[in-house]
Amino acid sequence: MNRGKIPFYLLVLSLIGAGLTTAWLRHSTTEIPLVPGEQKPVWLIEARVDFFADGGATTITLDLPDEAPAFRLIREQAASPGYGFAVLDDQKNRRAEWTKREAYGLQTLYYNAQYQPVEADTAESANLPKTQSVYWSEPQSTAARELLRGALARSSTPASTARELIKLLNPNAADQNAELLLANESSRAELLVKLLNQAEVPARQVMALKLEDARRRQVLQPMVELYADGRWLLIDSMTGEQGLPDNLLLWSRGENSQLDVIGGQNSRLTFSMIRQTVPAMALSQVQFTDNLFSMLGVYSLPIEEQSMFKMLFLLPLGAMVVVFMRVMIGLKTAGTFMPILISLAFLQTSLVPGLISFVLIVGLGLLLRSYLSYLNLLLVARIATLIVLVIFLISILSLVGYQLGFNTGITITFFPMIIIAWTIERMSILWEEEGAHEVLIQGGGSLLVAVFAFLLMNIQVISHLSFNFPELNLVILALILMMGQYTGYKLSELHRFRSMSNANDVD
Amino acid sequence: MLISPFKLRDLGMLGMNCRNRDFIGRYNRRELYPLVDNKLETKLLAQDYDVATPQLRFVVREQHEIVHIEQQLRDLKGFAIKPAKGSGGKGIWVITHRQDANFIKSSGAEITLNDIRRHMSNTLAGLYSLGGVSDEVIVEDLIEIDDCFEGYSFEGVPDIRIVVFRGFPVMAMLRLATHASDGKANLHQGAVGVGLDLATGRCLNAVQYGMPISEHPDTKQPLKEIKIPGWQGMLTLASRCYDMTGLGYIGADLVLDANRGPELLELNARPGLAIQVANGFGLLPRLRHVEKLSEKKFANADARVAYVMQNFAKFD
Repeated sequence: MNRGKIPFYLLVLSLIGAGLTTAWLRHSTTEIPLVPGEQKPVWLIEARVDFFADGGATTITLDLPDEAPAFRLIREQAASPGYGFAVLDDQKNRRAEWTKREAYGLQTLYYNAQYQPVEADTAESANLPKTQSVYWSEPQSTAARELLRGALARSSTPASTARELIKLLNPNAADQNAELLLANESSRAELLVKLLNQAEVPARQVMALKLEDARRRQVLQPMVELYADGRWLLIDSMTGEQGLPDNLLLWSRGENSQLDVIGGQNSRLTFSMIRQTVPAMALSQVQFTDNLFSMLGVYSLPIEEQSMFKMLFLLPLGAMVVVFMRVMIGLKTAGTFMPILISLAFLQTSLVPGLISFVLIVGLGLLLRSYLSYLNLLLVARIATLIVLVIFLISILSLVGYQLGFNTGITITFFPMIIIAWTIERMSILWEEEGAHEVLIQGGGSLLVAVFAFLLMNIQVISHLSFNFPELNLVILALILMMGQYTGYKLSELHRFRSMSNANDVD
Repeated sequence: MLISPFKLRDLGMLGMNCRNRDFIGRYNRRELYPLVDNKLETKLLAQDYDVATPQLRFVVREQHEIVHIEQQLRDLKGFAIKPAKGSGGKGIWVITHRQDANFIKSSGAEITLNDIRRHMSNTLAGLYSLGGVSDEVIVEDLIEIDDCFEGYSFEGVPDIRIVVFRGFPVMAMLRLATHASDGKANLHQGAVGVGLDLATGRCLNAVQYGMPISEHPDTKQPLKEIKIPGWQGMLTLASRCYDMTGLGYIGADLVLDANRGPELLELNARPGLAIQVANGFGLLPRLRHVEKLSEKKFANADARVAYVMQNFAKFD
């Protein structure tokens, strides 16, 4: 390789690298999907609080998930007529609070939230939690000690200790100590937490919600988390299963109460849930509005500018197609970048109507132009005349199209008129000088490039990528630079020089 | 239908991309282009360097001057009208003689003075110039075809295209107008291209529409017998165009006038690639060869021509 070219290749490589890296970073931080129309599942969970109000001032607070592992809160709202509602955030302990001055009789409050399942966060929690001190009264104290001794003897780690304890507490195989403890403790989970803390293993009770599609009247299930190896480990206090199942949302972790009702009684907390799918694009926009990439993205602009950028960001691709067609294939086009403008117009009119109206306008324009030849006008005046005529042609075609019920009539106006006028003029001169054959070659070449560029730009994935990841245009830039260095033969030259195949090799 | 790119490479064929990047882009400085893109400037420059060109009669620079052309044309029997900034032979009208008040073009078509006026008006407005910029019209003497081309030309003057690289003529081709090319000498319009041996000026190979032929399609004259008289003078004239313009890679279009000898018709800073097909081999080996030669050693055109005639000979 030529040594002088190394900086160039480095530039090309760095452009490709920068484009792909930025796009990947954007994708991974803001979760903008790489393909359009991607759907993601979310859980819509509705908590329902029923209670009888006493008739006076009422305050209800409901514990909300703070940092539910493997789930991300997308949006939340409350629906409770007549109640004031707020989400209180007190030292990472979020609670929903409903308030009303006077409430009487059966009250129902709703809180619903959308949660998106995400990869579980495996980061270690920073500070080692303290074990809670445990108080037993006799004879539970002795029973607990005995039970622990047996469990500790058969275990080596906090996790195995918990497993052995659950085995011992199993009602079918329970020994006397376990039976005594179970009889005095309302919940197995709470008992397990106490025992683990006594064994110097930090543990806490958590309330979990099992997510199943289209379930109603579900309640929170108590479970146990113990702290081992620098993070919290979830244990099912009934089965002894360890680890977090996919469909388990930890509603409350270590907080004291799920529901506080002041000014009411017979309160009841139930959950219903449904699995939904939402477009990943919308999900990304809702969640990452303050992300750096979102701020630098096109979505932060007003809609009107957005649609303009949608076109602008497609232009580099069209330019690349033109470069490819001319440098590698060797197609002749009328006007270098005229085909891109035509293909952008096709994006508005859609292909077949666009092609028909384009050919119609240029054809009619050529007819009119042939009359202009007789008038012996100055060139600039002739082009200006053509522009006026093209505008008339387009208006007439639009009107006729509209009256006939074709919508395309109106979208014809997207064709760049001055470019069309020049195209007609060039074609006409080409016709006079080189004949209809050359007009067909150049006109056909232009249309071919335009159609090819249109077909590329019209691919959903491509328009999605170019709009949402504008940095990918750096890759296109690199490819264009590469093609600018190509000194090999064009495809058309292989045809042009075909007669050389009988020639002898050079001496 | 297609030829393999490896075969083309073995033949040393120069492709469009390679020509544009490695030769035109590298050896032709942009600011020198106007010297060759404007035929009038080329002509004036050639006069300074004593390079022979067809006799300039008059120049039309403004629209209002067109009214007066009748007097200016009165003394001219045959003449050529050229746009100064035209390319590819576009807009060139060759008037061979008059018939009453009208003019007869080389194609035999009869035109009126008004046709000429309209053509000049179009030319001034930039119809034939690159990018449509305003242009000038050159009216110059007709070239009288040398006897050696008797039977080889149909309706037009044969011209000799010589590609000159860094002052070294590297390839030459004689272009013969045909009925199909409408008197024009452009190969893609159907003119016959005859590859010429650099040492002798003899015919190497001939093509029309890219296909080998052995006789002129209209006059049926065998093309193998062509030999250009005064060949070394032709090459020297072409070689001096490099000293004149400073452009490293040019195509010089020369004609042989029966009375005035070799003359420079025009220069082209982007000479086409068809000359390779006419010769039957590629330009690239010769270009690479010349690239290695030292400029100082070959300071004058005669030395360069002598070198070329010795090294690039095809006939022994």
